Amino acid sequence: MTQFTYLFRGRDTSASPEQMQKTMEQWVAWFKDLGSKGHLKDPGHPLEHTGKVVKGKQKTVTDGPYAETKDVVGGYILVEAKDLDQAVELSKGCPIFEVGGSVEVRPVQIIKM
Amino acid sequence: MVAALTRVFGVHNLALAEDVVQDAFCRALEVWKFRGVPENPSAWLMATAKNRALDILRRQRTARTYAPELGRLLQSEWTLAPVMEELFAPNVIKDDLLRMMFSCCHPRLPEEAQVALVLNILCGFSVTEIAAAFVSTHPAIEKRITRSKKVLAASKRLFDVTAAADFSARLPAVHRALYLLFNEGYHGASPESAVRAELCQEAMRLTALLLEHPLGRTPTTYALAALMCLNAARLPARVDPSGNLSSLFDQDRSRWDQELVAEGLKLLELSATGSELTEYHVEAAIASVHARALRPEDTDWKAIVSLYDTLMTIRPSPIVALNRAIAVAQNEGPERGLEEIGAITGRDRLTEYPFYSAALGELEFRRGQHKTAREHFQAALALARNPMERRFLNQRVSACDQGET
Repeated sequence: MTQFTYLFRGRDTSASPEQMQKTMEQWVAWFKDLGSKGHLKDPGHPLEHTGKVVKGKQKTVTDGPYAETKDVVGGYILVEAKDLDQAVELSKGCPIFEVGGSVEVRPVQIIKM
Repeated sequence: MVAALTRVFGVHNLALAEDVVQDAFCRALEVWKFRGVPENPSAWLMATAKNRALDILRRQRTARTYAPELGRLLQSEWTLAPVMEELFAPNVIKDDLLRMMFSCCHPRLPEEAQVALVLNILCGFSVTEIAAAFVSTHPAIEKRITRSKKVLAASKRLFDVTAAADFSARLPAVHRALYLLFNEGYHGASPESAVRAELCQEAMRLTALLLEHPLGRTPTTYALAALMCLNAARLPARVDPSGNLSSLFDQDRSRWDQELVAEGLKLLELSATGSELTEYHVEAAIASVHARALRPEDTDWKAIVSLYDTLMTIRPSPIVALNRAIAVAQNEGPERGLEEIGAITGRDRLTEYPFYSAALGELEFRRGQHKTAREHFQAALALARNPMERRFLNQRVSACDQGET
């Protein structure tokens, strides 16, 4: 089993409370499904879309990220799958696609020394 | 509320769940003092407890483990709030109550301890009230509850109400707990009032909940529900308009709740399937004989005595024997009743029970022995547990005095 991080991007900012509620339920259902199949390594957290960026040797602090809403990372989780193909298949159950978002599936890099 | 929170925190964190409820109540007292009681106090309490639980879960996310079956869902902000929302939904709380009811009836606990636990956790009974219901002492009950909570906390998981075999095995203990809860309301030992209708309602609500569950819908559950309905039907008449306790013979029967009588008779019919005859069936049948009699003198005492005979073979106890003796007295006169009382085995266990002396007094009174009757009523008076019982017995004492002159 290999570990993969899912990075979620995009959110529907115009959703009504009812839609939000429905979306939340879909996320819970998806997490339960991943969990029951033993793929959920760490459920991570959703992230606020604002914060600060610290950058460069100077460690300059700026507000941000100022990317387009659809490009900002909105959260992460850690899953276990047998290979990248399976990890990609598993990601397709994510409710984020309903609101036009994306999931970036990235294997955890094993650093060999 | 404790049931829902225990679901969240896991049964091993029962004490934490109780603390959160306690907190919510303290907070309510503080806030309501200034802002007044909100429109829906129980919803307010529930929301407060839920928020407090969220705080705890966020703060101690990694330090503790909570309910194993919820596991990860409580660790992550993706799912924490929606899952909590789900757990505190009214229909889920209903299931939590059932789950907690059955969890309390843990096979490693003696039946009496199971019942004490249900009364304490689910119904919020104080140790004193439970001690009275069991005719036991405060420290003994306190010890029993503390020990039981430890066993419950060590059981790791709440009861799974979908496992049929386990469900049926635990059902009798659950029935017993509900029965005792109802009786506590009906013959309540609470100092402020003898009839605490809300406790009876609570028992009826939990029994109705059991009837909603496919595995809980057994003939015995129907019998228990029938017994509660038929006895509760008499509640409006148990206290007369001037607030005095009224005996079965003096009650204004037009104040009996005919809807509950009808409901009880229907439930009793539904209970009459299968081969098992439980004490609840018999007690419901006794209550139905009373309910059918429009006047006290119409009561079929012969039927009642024979039902008590059956009850004595199913669940013999000095209290059942005492009730049987009273029925015999109705049928064959006070002398025969007194004989029967004299023949009760384990009679010494009744001496702490105010109705025992009161019954002796009543029978002596009826056969004209007013002086002896007075002594018995005095003895009962010393044991009376609330002002209503005391007032009732005082009236009987005065009746003896008048009878003598």
